[in-house]
Amino acid sequence: MTTAVDPVAAGRVTRPRLPITDVRWSTVVAPLALGALVIVGWELLVNAADIKPFVLPAPSAIWEQITGNTANIVDGSVVTGRNALIGMLGGAVVGVIGAALAGSFRLIDQMAAPVVAALAVIPIVALAPVLYSMFGAAVNTGRIIVAGISVAVPVYLNTLRGIRQVRAVHRDLMTAYAAGPLQVIRAVTLPTATPYVFTGLRVASSLAVIAALIAEYFGGPIGGLGKSITSSAASSNYPLAWAYVSGAIVLGLLFYVVTLLVELWFSRHHKPA
Amino acid sequence: MADPAISVTGVDRIFGKSRKQVVALKDVDLTVAAGEFVSLIGPSGCGKSTLLRLVADLDTPTTGDIRVFGKVARQARLDQDYGIAFQQAGLLPWRTVAGNIELPLKLHGADAAVRKNRVAELIELVGLTDFAKSHPDQLSGGMQQRVAIARALAESPKLLLMDEPFGALDEITRERMQNELVKICAETGAAVLFVTHSIPEAVFLSDRVVVMSPRPGRITGIVDVRADGLAGAHDRTERARDEEGFFHAVAEVRSLLHGTPETATAARGVDNR
Repeated sequence: MTTAVDPVAAGRVTRPRLPITDVRWSTVVAPLALGALVIVGWELLVNAADIKPFVLPAPSAIWEQITGNTANIVDGSVVTGRNALIGMLGGAVVGVIGAALAGSFRLIDQMAAPVVAALAVIPIVALAPVLYSMFGAAVNTGRIIVAGISVAVPVYLNTLRGIRQVRAVHRDLMTAYAAGPLQVIRAVTLPTATPYVFTGLRVASSLAVIAALIAEYFGGPIGGLGKSITSSAASSNYPLAWAYVSGAIVLGLLFYVVTLLVELWFSRHHKPA
Repeated sequence: MADPAISVTGVDRIFGKSRKQVVALKDVDLTVAAGEFVSLIGPSGCGKSTLLRLVADLDTPTTGDIRVFGKVARQARLDQDYGIAFQQAGLLPWRTVAGNIELPLKLHGADAAVRKNRVAELIELVGLTDFAKSHPDQLSGGMQQRVAIARALAESPKLLLMDEPFGALDEITRERMQNELVKICAETGAAVLFVTHSIPEAVFLSDRVVVMSPRPGRITGIVDVRADGLAGAHDRTERARDEEGFFHAVAEVRSLLHGTPETATAARGVDNR
């Protein structure tokens, strides 16, 4: 009978929720079904056409290698994943701090723009051989730096965009409160930019894995998925090379999904107005 | 305190340089006594928001003097002598309702226990106790504006500056918010400078209504609503909307708004909020 808003009913939805809970079953099942179809078709094709393993090994052969070499694949993933993770965290810190500086000082922004554009255009992995000679081929430093630079660029660009989204009314409010520059950054600028930072990180997460892995192709210490892929291929063990590739796929997905969840969490209150 | 809440003398505000100059305010003199409710009303571009921003020291006058409780506007801002609310609620979406109300207290270093008590009081005052832990995106426009008002009241200012705070609300919510504002003002005894473009709103809320006209923005007349037989703004009830004095004052404001030939011929101005 009453038309007033029921505060209890309205109050129930106060707990923040991830949009992930709204995902429907079909969204999950459909791609899984396609994946299964592709694998079955692949297996049948390899058997029927008698395709040689060095061209394309059968999924069953790859699976055999995966189960037989699980420990090695995991070890390799840990090495590559570690490089990618350290690189990503370092690159993210550099990207965010750089963007904070560029957002505060116009001059820095203008000075950095061409450098960032250059970094965005050159394939960072191309630097790997140079870095190996700079830091020595026995350590992972070169690989970490490659991953770091690949991450820093998208994080920088996204964060800078986020910093520029600060609304005029929030800026006025901070002025009215006579807030200091650091208070403004902490209370308004960083929270505004946070979802953008994580969007940058999500984009960068798979880049970090790719960069860390490809960097291994150019030398450096033993260990890591990239090294294992090249060495198995060099010893003609193609199913094993593919098994390591599968490990790389899983590692890349892991990075992507984790950063995606973090991004969703931090943007849960930033619905488009 | 003998000093008036606001005293504006001979204020001009000119935007832009040389040929593209826009005179937003010309020769404005205005005094708001302590505890008095004064509305600024006028068409878009008449400089009413500009005047409020000058008082808040979000902008500086080109010439003239603005004092808030006897201090220059800048000092009054640094001393947090006023609370402010804008047309957009301007809540921080990543903070809860309580977190938003608490913001000014937190920025100015009030300790946790004090903040907690004050926030509880204010949430009670604006009737949002059930929503303390909600985030702004879960509230309606009217509720968000109530949070913004609570935030403006956080430090018990003796002066409230409100720039069309109900401008984005529907008529029904608007009248309810007006009733609440009258109640809140009576409880806190604060002086209010209130910008609006609604004539009934201005008359219902105010002791005095200041009518402004654009190009150049200036004061064309002041209607003392109390002289029309209405109670002072703090003692008003919603019945005042039906009193004869109310209609009389509305008619008076209306004739001031439309009566001057300058208003009729003025080009449609830019709303320089």
